[in-house]
Amino acid sequence: MQTTPLVEMRHIHKRFGGVHAVNDVSIDLYPGEVVGVLGHNGAGKTVLIKTLSGAIPLDEGEILINGEKAEILTPRDARKYGIETIYQTLALADNLDAPANLFLGREIMTPYGTLDDGAMENESRKVIERLNPNFKNIKDPVRNMSGGQRQSIAIARAIYFNAKILIMDEPTAALGPHETAMVAQLIKQLKSEGIGIFLISHDLHDVFDLSDRVSVIKNGRLVGTRRTADVTKDDVLGMIIMGKLPPEKAA
Amino acid sequence: MTNSETRQEKSGNFVSVFFREAEIDTRMLAMLIALLAIWAVLYFLTDGIFLTPRNLYNLAVQSSVVGIMACGMVLIIVAKHIDLSVGSVLGFTGMIIAFLQVRVFTLDASWNWPLTIVCGLAVGALVGLWQGWWVAYRDVPAFVVTLGGLLVFRGAAYLVTDGQTVAPLDPTYQIFGGGIDGSIGALWSWILGGVAIAWMVVSTVRNRARRAKYGFRAKPVWAEAGTLILGVAAIAAFIIVMNSYYKPRTDIPRGIPVPVLILISVVVIMTLVSRITKFGRYVYAIGGNLEAAELSGIDVKKVTLWIFIIMGLLCAVAGVVTTARLNAGANSMGQLEELNVIAAAVIGGTSLNGGIGAVSGAILGAVIMQSLDNGMVLLGMSSAMRQVIIGLVLVVAVWFDVVYNKRKR
Repeated sequence: MQTTPLVEMRHIHKRFGGVHAVNDVSIDLYPGEVVGVLGHNGAGKTVLIKTLSGAIPLDEGEILINGEKAEILTPRDARKYGIETIYQTLALADNLDAPANLFLGREIMTPYGTLDDGAMENESRKVIERLNPNFKNIKDPVRNMSGGQRQSIAIARAIYFNAKILIMDEPTAALGPHETAMVAQLIKQLKSEGIGIFLISHDLHDVFDLSDRVSVIKNGRLVGTRRTADVTKDDVLGMIIMGKLPPEKAA
Repeated sequence: MTNSETRQEKSGNFVSVFFREAEIDTRMLAMLIALLAIWAVLYFLTDGIFLTPRNLYNLAVQSSVVGIMACGMVLIIVAKHIDLSVGSVLGFTGMIIAFLQVRVFTLDASWNWPLTIVCGLAVGALVGLWQGWWVAYRDVPAFVVTLGGLLVFRGAAYLVTDGQTVAPLDPTYQIFGGGIDGSIGALWSWILGGVAIAWMVVSTVRNRARRAKYGFRAKPVWAEAGTLILGVAAIAAFIIVMNSYYKPRTDIPRGIPVPVLILISVVVIMTLVSRITKFGRYVYAIGGNLEAAELSGIDVKKVTLWIFIIMGLLCAVAGVVTTARLNAGANSMGQLEELNVIAAAVIGGTSLNGGIGAVSGAILGAVIMQSLDNGMVLLGMSSAMRQVIIGLVLVVAVWFDVVYNKRKR
């Protein structure tokens, strides 16, 4: 993997008042790679990743996309760079239907400048049914949908717009075993298409088998990054709990 | 298809099948039934006076002012804000219009009243800009900003003329009030009705064509036809009633009152804005999940600002109707109207939790409120008693809504 990294986050700092939520963290991501970002709740991983998705502006540090410096101040900027995020909360408007959520902020318009709901419904059906063939009632408000269906919409929204970089924050936290397997399958497929994926989780077991590398964050600082092939789950647990970095093996 | 299976399982009598297949909102239906029930009761209590063309004409005009503002209030409440200042803003913009018309601009000049309307609308938009700016860019809760506005603009309305009433206004301008000359006559009423009916038919056909294009399931033809027939009947009935009320001491039919035409235009525009524009979609998204809207790249502040600008504009429109109807500008115009407007929106199914509400519902809400008020006046009830009853109705209506939403889940 000696190509240019898809994403390089260098020396990222973020403070909230007196709290140094993210302190000099540097991580990177290559095309077709899955990097697990691990840490306790409140370790700073979500804040870190939100600086990449544009939800939180960073205080110091820089982000490089394909080797070039990127200005990411808003979610709209992030989308411009092909960064799509599936938030832990899924970020769905409960009162709207699936197509409205999928295209929120990026609606398909008719030539008259009005919403083209027919086209959006059509496109939504295509992408959602590929993810979840039993999902038919996409015109219902999202509030009436199951956890799996909601997750499908959030994922569909992220992959529909040809994401190059995908951020998944606790993607399987709310899912049953069947849906979790579905997400794992999807991650493998996206990976094979050359998409780089950050998997954020507080639970090692969720991400260890899916990740090529893991970066562990503790108290706002990066403990270290290791290839999953080189370490055991216990090594990583040691990093998460004690901040103890196992020796790096020669490549 | 699981969809068609569930549809077959749910059988029932003709009426319930019809309403399901026609995809008529059950909530909307319940409100229509409530309205008809209120009308029936008032018809008997007033020995038929309530349903005379004359009273229905007045009811339509009375509902216009509240209805016009309720259209804006729906957007405000859907976006999880509130506007307590609409009555005061109506009074303020109305006073500005009357003051300019009578005291500033050349009397009887043909440009006088059109220019005062333009000025009034501009002032309304500026008031909306002002309040929206505080809400959107200074993060002051809308409740506080508009509570302040309630006082500020009521006071401002007084200050325009130091409390003096300004009258009389331009005779042409009075058309907007729905008075003796404020209606469009029988012929134009039928022409407009015909246009409305044609538009209903065309949009139904186009909708079906669009659904067919993507292979989506369309409503059955008979359900669609039934909806159309009901719509046509309602339009025709309305026009017949308006045409059966004559100008004083003549047999010239009045036809549709101008304020009602203004209301209808506002309803059509605001329905389109809320349904087929990005802006409308964003308003609902903001009310449904503010964080999701922000993360989707929606400029929430700008959308919020525009919601309040629209509300200010609609207050000015209501100010035009009110001053034209009074043939005067008085600083007490619109007092307590904010409560009627909010009540109309809420009775019409707009959720104070944000994200849910429709312009059409708010209009029904306005007509229900106004029917009660109008009916009680006919029955000779005191204004104190009317307030007690309207207040109770509001609480019961919202309670009904809460129960309805719980059972739906």
